[in-house]
Amino acid sequence: MSAEHVAVAAERRWAYIVGGTIAVLVLMMIVTGIHWASMPPSRVETIDPRTLHVSGEFVESNLGTTLTPDGKAMVRLIAQQYSFEPQCIVVPAAMPVTFRGTATDVVHGFIVGTTNANVMLIPGFVATFTTTFHTAGEQLMPCHEYCGTGHEAMWARVQVIPRDEFLSRARNGERLSCVRR
Amino acid sequence: MFVARKLVLAHFWVAFVAFGAAIVLGEWQMFVRSPLAQWVNNPEHYYRSVTGHGVVMGYVMPTLVAMGFGYALTELSLKQALIGLRWAWAGFWLVVIGTVTAATPIALGQASVLYTFYPPMIANVFFYLGIVLVVVGSWFWVALMSINLHAWKKAHPGETVPLAMFGNVAGAYLWVWTSVGAATEVLVLILPVALGLKDTIDAGLARVFFSWTLHAIVYFWLMPAYIAFYTIVPRAIGGRLYSDTMGRVAFVLFLVFSMPIGIHHLFADPQVGAGFKFVHATLTAMVSVPTLLTVFTIVASVEIAARLRGGKGALGWVKALPWDEPFMLAVTFAFVMLGFGGAGGLVNMSYQLNETIHNTQWVTGHFHLIFAGAIVIMYFVVAYDLWPQLTRCAPLPRGLMRVQLWLWFVGMMVLTMPWHWVGLLGMPRRMAYYDYTHPALQPQAWTVVASTFGGLALVVSAFLFIYILATAKRGAADPGEYRFSVPLHLPVRAPALLNGFALWVAMMIGLTITNYGFPIVQLATLPDTSVPAIRIGDR
Repeated sequence: MSAEHVAVAAERRWAYIVGGTIAVLVLMMIVTGIHWASMPPSRVETIDPRTLHVSGEFVESNLGTTLTPDGKAMVRLIAQQYSFEPQCIVVPAAMPVTFRGTATDVVHGFIVGTTNANVMLIPGFVATFTTTFHTAGEQLMPCHEYCGTGHEAMWARVQVIPRDEFLSRARNGERLSCVRR
Repeated sequence: MFVARKLVLAHFWVAFVAFGAAIVLGEWQMFVRSPLAQWVNNPEHYYRSVTGHGVVMGYVMPTLVAMGFGYALTELSLKQALIGLRWAWAGFWLVVIGTVTAATPIALGQASVLYTFYPPMIANVFFYLGIVLVVVGSWFWVALMSINLHAWKKAHPGETVPLAMFGNVAGAYLWVWTSVGAATEVLVLILPVALGLKDTIDAGLARVFFSWTLHAIVYFWLMPAYIAFYTIVPRAIGGRLYSDTMGRVAFVLFLVFSMPIGIHHLFADPQVGAGFKFVHATLTAMVSVPTLLTVFTIVASVEIAARLRGGKGALGWVKALPWDEPFMLAVTFAFVMLGFGGAGGLVNMSYQLNETIHNTQWVTGHFHLIFAGAIVIMYFVVAYDLWPQLTRCAPLPRGLMRVQLWLWFVGMMVLTMPWHWVGLLGMPRRMAYYDYTHPALQPQAWTVVASTFGGLALVVSAFLFIYILATAKRGAADPGEYRFSVPLHLPVRAPALLNGFALWVAMMIGLTITNYGFPIVQLATLPDTSVPAIRIGDR
């Protein structure tokens, strides 16, 4: 009978240890999530994919990278079977870059090289997120969500250029481009 | 006793034959996307193949294994003839007919939408109808499990439901509620479009409905494996189950926490706000609890087996374990793969870390380790363990079983570890081929070759498994009465709460509604979110 008690006590001890460990981990997640405000893309913003090309924010002349009046880098892009528009994106290193993107037909998504720029593009919705690129250089930007038989051929490029170069090139208000013409 | 023998065998055979076909597709996919075969890469065939592989491995095989195992557990643990045998056969045939109905358009290239459907891509209507039949067939099983349990409880007032049946019915209830998400997506959103009644579909809302099913379905796949951990493994290696109560707690926790977490699959989606993503991430952490409970309980049970065999010392008992026993190997492999896969899962669920690996080959590596690794290896154990009961066969060849299990473990590690690695490097998933001449991708080429060889080991292992079952000498021996693991503490008296499901089912439904209610209502009431459907096979 005493063996029984020892076993029960050991079981309970382990249950407390496991429960405590899990509680600490969950707490860590909650604290880092709220305290550092590290949040995933979050705005529920709709858009009609049928009229993207003809009016509004995502018309061709508005796609690509610009320096907004308040001094931030903003990238607008669209995804369609089977390419991104634009196919090459210039972004600055070491300053926040905001991406706004959507899809014209089916679900797409992209990730930039080994960075944390990673988002889904759902037709009907605008995806917005802000990230910072730490090192300059060229990265690949593949479509990472199955979008039909051409999915595997849907790759774009991202050129991360030094901050000063970006600011001097963007100053005249034009869109920056690295698309080969 | 055991009148449902043929029924169980029918489920297992269809499951394993489909599994054998689908694994060949999987290996072919790895081969054609590897640098070994750059002359055969037809993307169209590739995505048909991915769809076939996913549909069989995700819907057909695990559903049939859970159903067959469930029928066997009902008779073996409750020691009463299965009530509703005819209905069970009807459910079986629905699943078979559904499988054929869905497989035909897939094979014809009319349904390359993968197993997660991907609206606004719309496949041939028979693809969806087939999957609906598979699910409806499995609902027959859910109803029968509930009916059998209640009949037994009526005949045995005040007695404790055997742990195996408790887990089995928990799995059934889990499944019926899990499948409501994808069922709603198919019936309400997709079928009207597939039938040509509508031209547009709400892709964002459809993804939210699918996410309801998408994660919890894994726990439905996992239930048979966990039942095997608790009720087969300790007995098979000559030990005792450390705690029957822990098993019950684990099963009800899966019931409660599997459902309200699926939005963690949509962390990178724009149609769900950050608040609910955060809530789902936090609750996802809670599903690690039943798994950690299980790992502790089963390791403790294994330790008991070792000490019963004379094992001594703080760690010296490990040597005393029956390492030549196939079931011992299987549970060890399962835990190793569950360990790696679970660690990867913790990365996926924490939405800050998830941004690094979302939708990369990492994810494929993660769920292959958990499902194809830890869970399917336990399906092998279930089949090996039940075969003598089902066919009265002579003892299965232990040497071959060991080879088969080793091949599965090594193959799975070789397949998935490179996937994790290139996932961290940002390699996208679901690609028919990669351009290895690109300087950024060229260094990753070896990983695809490695995975191809890992996949080859898995194919060999799968066919060895089918061979062992097919060549078992039927009727050569009397297996005697089937036994489940005996718990350490007898007699088992489960508290009333852990002897039924009322509270847990209520919590499951309540938590799902609080966690999904707002996002669904919000999306459903947003104007103008439907987008034109893109039909597969039109072009």
